[in-house]
Amino acid sequence: MAKALARRAHGPRPSARLRRALGSRTALVVLLVALLFGLWLLAGAQGVTGQRLLSLAVRGVMLGGVLALGAIGLTLIFGVLRIPNFAHGDLMTWGAYLALFGLTLLPAGPPLAPFSFGAELLVLLVLVVPLVGFTGYLLDRLVFRRLRARRAPSVILAMAALGGAFLLRSVIYLGWGADFRNYYTGRPRPAVELFAGIRVRPDQLFILGLALLFIFLVYLLLERTKMGKAMRATADNADLARITGIDTEGVIRWTWLIGGGLAGAGGVMYALDTQLRPEMGWWLMLPLFASVILGTIGNAYGALVGALVIGLVWQMSTAFLNPAYGPGVAFVVLILVLLFRPQGIFGKPGGA
Amino acid sequence: MPLLTVEGLTTGYGEMEVLHSLTLRVEPGRIVSIIGPNGAGKSTAMKAVFGLLKPWQGSIRFGEREIGGLSPDRIVRLGMCYVPQTDNVFPSLTVEENLEMGAFVLSGSTKERKERVYELFPRLAERRRQRAGKMSGGERQMVAMGRALMLDPKLLLLDEPSAGLAPLLVDLIFEKVRDINASGVAVLMVEQNARKSLELADHAYVLVGGSNAIDGAGRDLLGDPEVGRLYLGG
Repeated sequence: MAKALARRAHGPRPSARLRRALGSRTALVVLLVALLFGLWLLAGAQGVTGQRLLSLAVRGVMLGGVLALGAIGLTLIFGVLRIPNFAHGDLMTWGAYLALFGLTLLPAGPPLAPFSFGAELLVLLVLVVPLVGFTGYLLDRLVFRRLRARRAPSVILAMAALGGAFLLRSVIYLGWGADFRNYYTGRPRPAVELFAGIRVRPDQLFILGLALLFIFLVYLLLERTKMGKAMRATADNADLARITGIDTEGVIRWTWLIGGGLAGAGGVMYALDTQLRPEMGWWLMLPLFASVILGTIGNAYGALVGALVIGLVWQMSTAFLNPAYGPGVAFVVLILVLLFRPQGIFGKPGGA
Repeated sequence: MPLLTVEGLTTGYGEMEVLHSLTLRVEPGRIVSIIGPNGAGKSTAMKAVFGLLKPWQGSIRFGEREIGGLSPDRIVRLGMCYVPQTDNVFPSLTVEENLEMGAFVLSGSTKERKERVYELFPRLAERRRQRAGKMSGGERQMVAMGRALMLDPKLLLLDEPSAGLAPLLVDLIFEKVRDINASGVAVLMVEQNARKSLELADHAYVLVGGSNAIDGAGRDLLGDPEVGRLYLGG
């Protein structure tokens, strides 16, 4: 009794207050900024120049844009369908290899200077987007729709998605083998100076611009079109969407087409910047989920913000870490978010 | 011919039978209220009418058409809209977008319909660009009702529209129900606030334990000692 009265007089316990303060949006943003700053200092202490760090930051934003293409689809699919789509990274790989396959069919034109690729890759990009979107839709028709009809719990959906991931990757192994591939072998891809000693490859600027274009198109879709609004409505409350008369099957179809299409585009861009290998997308799953959770699951704009943060942290860490640890750095961010603010930047307290 | 005819409706959740041979009737353009103690099956009756629960026995007719067993998205298209008691707005959508979603099944412009809803709820017109999740309980209820009106339904189902609202807002919502009805829409509503809903209703059903107990004109039930004893608290 006396204790309860004292509590009322002094408010919540100090530890509870501290926990609440650490869980605030501001605290998370401060934490992330501090993390970036810490990376900067750590790199500086090891003699990495400011120019190199800025170049890495530019590259980080580009990588963030590519990750965002995957993360937006992942978060939409989760929001609308409640499926943790573990096959999303492999949809990206699938897109990358479809473009590689296309390159063997099309005559290779001269590179579009200053870029390393020819016009044929742009044509293929336009083709890959609907193809991978359709692959996602097919996955839904063949697997997830049946599970939905049986009201399968989300663990089963996650396992089914994992199965889809293995299936896609096996097809890639069968078709192209386990070797590393490049879209164009033997073409030099020098970095050029942008300004103030910041050096990036022209391809990376192209990728960044294209990623931004796609993100803008997604924005237009979600904010301006009836189907986009219905997608957001379904992600908000699927039961209410159904009783309002929203064509939820149509919404689901478009969610897969768009989510898959974006993943395909992201896969081609990622492969253009690095290399193709059958596990490339699988290794992106950790950064993708980290981006989605950081930006609040189901929130497309949150996924974009999350992906940019993850891309930056990942790239900056390569100043003093082996780049292979990139996904591991994303994992650290994921753990920090889950510890302090599991609902992500844009979530409400208590809810996901 | 009645707009809605429910005859001998028996249904429930899983193994548990909640409604036992229920009978309801809504005439076109009328307000019908269902009252009863907690757990009487009022909301269940509403859900069964709207196809959220499959009837085990009995029939539900909308106009001449049997709708027992139809899914909600089909029933919406026939001109019946439902406003659930909770979680009845899309929180991340703006007021305007919420209304647009109400008219999803229609193609073409929804501008005129939106304007009609704004006329009914001027408060929503001021806040059309605001996200519904950031609004108060009363405003959300208006958004939900407005969205249901976008399709120009013949029958509007309201599940406890005044639940959890401050007294002043309760009066406002009841006033709006009257306005909606005056524009020619029949209303079937479930209410905790029995006295107010009986004052408003042309006809009312008292449900007890999932069965019809008493029914009659709203005003008559207000003065009925049996209803008073059962439900209005003496």
